[in-house]
Amino acid sequence: MSTLEVHGLTCAYGRTEVLHGLDFAVPDGRIVCLIGANGAGKTTTLRALSGQIRPRAGRILLDGAEIAGMAPHRIVARGMVQVPEGRQVFASLSVDENLALGAWLCADAHERARRREAALSRFPRLRERLRQPAGALSGGEQQMLAIGRALMAGPKLLLLDEPSMGLAPLVVEEIFAILAGLRREGITILLIEQNASAALEIADTAYVIETGRIALSGSAAEVARNPAVVAAYLGG
Amino acid sequence: MLAQQLLNGLLLGATYALFALGFTLMFGVLRVVNLTYGFYFTAGAFLALWLTQAGAPLFLALPAAAIASGLIATLLDWLLLTRLRRAGADELASLMVTLGAVLALYAGMTAWLGPDIRRLPPGLIAAGALEAFGLRITLAQILILAACALLVGLLLWLMRGTRLGLAIRAMAERPDTAALMGIATARLAALVSFVSGALAGAGGVLIGLNFNAIHPYMGESMMLRGFVVIVVGGLGNIFGALVAGLLLGIIEVLTAGYISSGLKEAVAFALLVLVLWTRPAGLFGTTLARKA
Ligand SMILES: Nc1ncnc2c1ncn2[C@@H]1O[C@H](COP(=O)(O)OP(=O)(O)OP(=O)(O)O)[C@@H](O)[C@H]1O
Ligand SMILES: [Mg+2]
Repeated sequence: MSTLEVHGLTCAYGRTEVLHGLDFAVPDGRIVCLIGANGAGKTTTLRALSGQIRPRAGRILLDGAEIAGMAPHRIVARGMVQVPEGRQVFASLSVDENLALGAWLCADAHERARRREAALSRFPRLRERLRQPAGALSGGEQQMLAIGRALMAGPKLLLLDEPSMGLAPLVVEEIFAILAGLRREGITILLIEQNASAALEIADTAYVIETGRIALSGSAAEVARNPAVVAAYLGG
Repeated sequence: MLAQQLLNGLLLGATYALFALGFTLMFGVLRVVNLTYGFYFTAGAFLALWLTQAGAPLFLALPAAAIASGLIATLLDWLLLTRLRRAGADELASLMVTLGAVLALYAGMTAWLGPDIRRLPPGLIAAGALEAFGLRITLAQILILAACALLVGLLLWLMRGTRLGLAIRAMAERPDTAALMGIATARLAALVSFVSGALAGAGGVLIGLNFNAIHPYMGESMMLRGFVVIVVGGLGNIFGALVAGLLLGIIEVLTAGYISSGLKEAVAFALLVLVLWTRPAGLFGTTLARKA
């Protein structure tokens, strides 16, 4: 059970404001996707949601509680977990250690072992590479590790920043199938993508962000039919 | 007598390694060149001096001085560097701030206590020595070796054998991502400051014991060696610091014994230059490779 509501989110780096009052919502049990071009402010949005930057203005409500400006580790403790842009695995640490870090806040060793088993059966390829440094994995494997690591936290709401970036189409398909599966298991998902066609296929709701503003929103099917979206993001 | 020299060198090297381990931890994890580090060494030596003068036995004075040095390190790190970290300042800024701070600390301490060399209370350790196979090792030396081995063992266990150590290694590699794992990075950084300050403090007590000479600037000459050890060992590399520390101790003692004691520092630094010439990332370094 997890719902995210964002009202008037405004963020700046120094004096440059890059988000100018975003409003969007991620209802419980849904996949919401946020699409936008390079530099539109997608990563900045996620960084604000995760507490990595302090918003200049606006409200971020997780299950009704204000979390804007809270430290990242407290937000993770509330069940909202980010899979960051570019995977950001701990390259020098082993695959197993990366997974263990995801469950840092879980004090119960049995529960950690159970989550690890669940992650490894979801991503069997990681099991074969448990002892290898994460930096030795392929891009697709690293993305699986990054998602597996986030799942180790036992999230209610998952934030993903361009999980398809730099991956071959087949791998992208595999990853998006896993996201759809997570949703069926009750995990709410906010998905950020430039690969709009893949994202719109699995999402319920979509928002299009342009230079720090929501330019368009609606059901994923509506947004996918919008001529402007087709022209700009779907290669129509 | 080569074997005896090697033994003495190993002993000195063990203390160097201990000191450098804390330094390389601070460097590798907190990513800041904190020059106040040498001050914790001085602080540890003086705290042990005062405690033993007040009648405390050494087995209490050593841990108490180490813990107090760790607390001082945490406090100074917080006072001096929190603002810089928050502002995302570069390494030069932390270098200058901690350089200014440490010079002020040494000078203040000298003004307060005078520059004289102080001695630990006589009879602190029984004067006996063990002799076997023509080697002589004093009780003080045995204590130093045991304390170094224990502390190094504890540190390795912390870093390699615990979840906390895993979190520290993760934070060293990617502090921002570590926070996304739910790690309270500011609190963990304070813990790392404490551990490294405590190692420096313990090193100060042990060197004070080895040479029985304690004075405000003792941390400064140690810092030069600390730099040699962590640079040769590879920045942030615990195993490298251990080996390089032992090597430096042995080289210094051999130089003093067979060439001239006035040359021991010259040889140590010539070696530093030589190593960096041939291996810019240090003997065991991967840092440069990782950055590339
Ligand atoms: N650390 C930073 N300091 C200053 N400006 C930044 C910083 N990070 C991002 N920006 C600027 O903020 C704007 C939004 O960047 P952001 O990374 O959020 O975009 P994005 O939508 O994630 O882009 P991409 O698709 O390339 O990942 C861009 O103009 C970028 O140049
Ligand atoms: Mg981005």
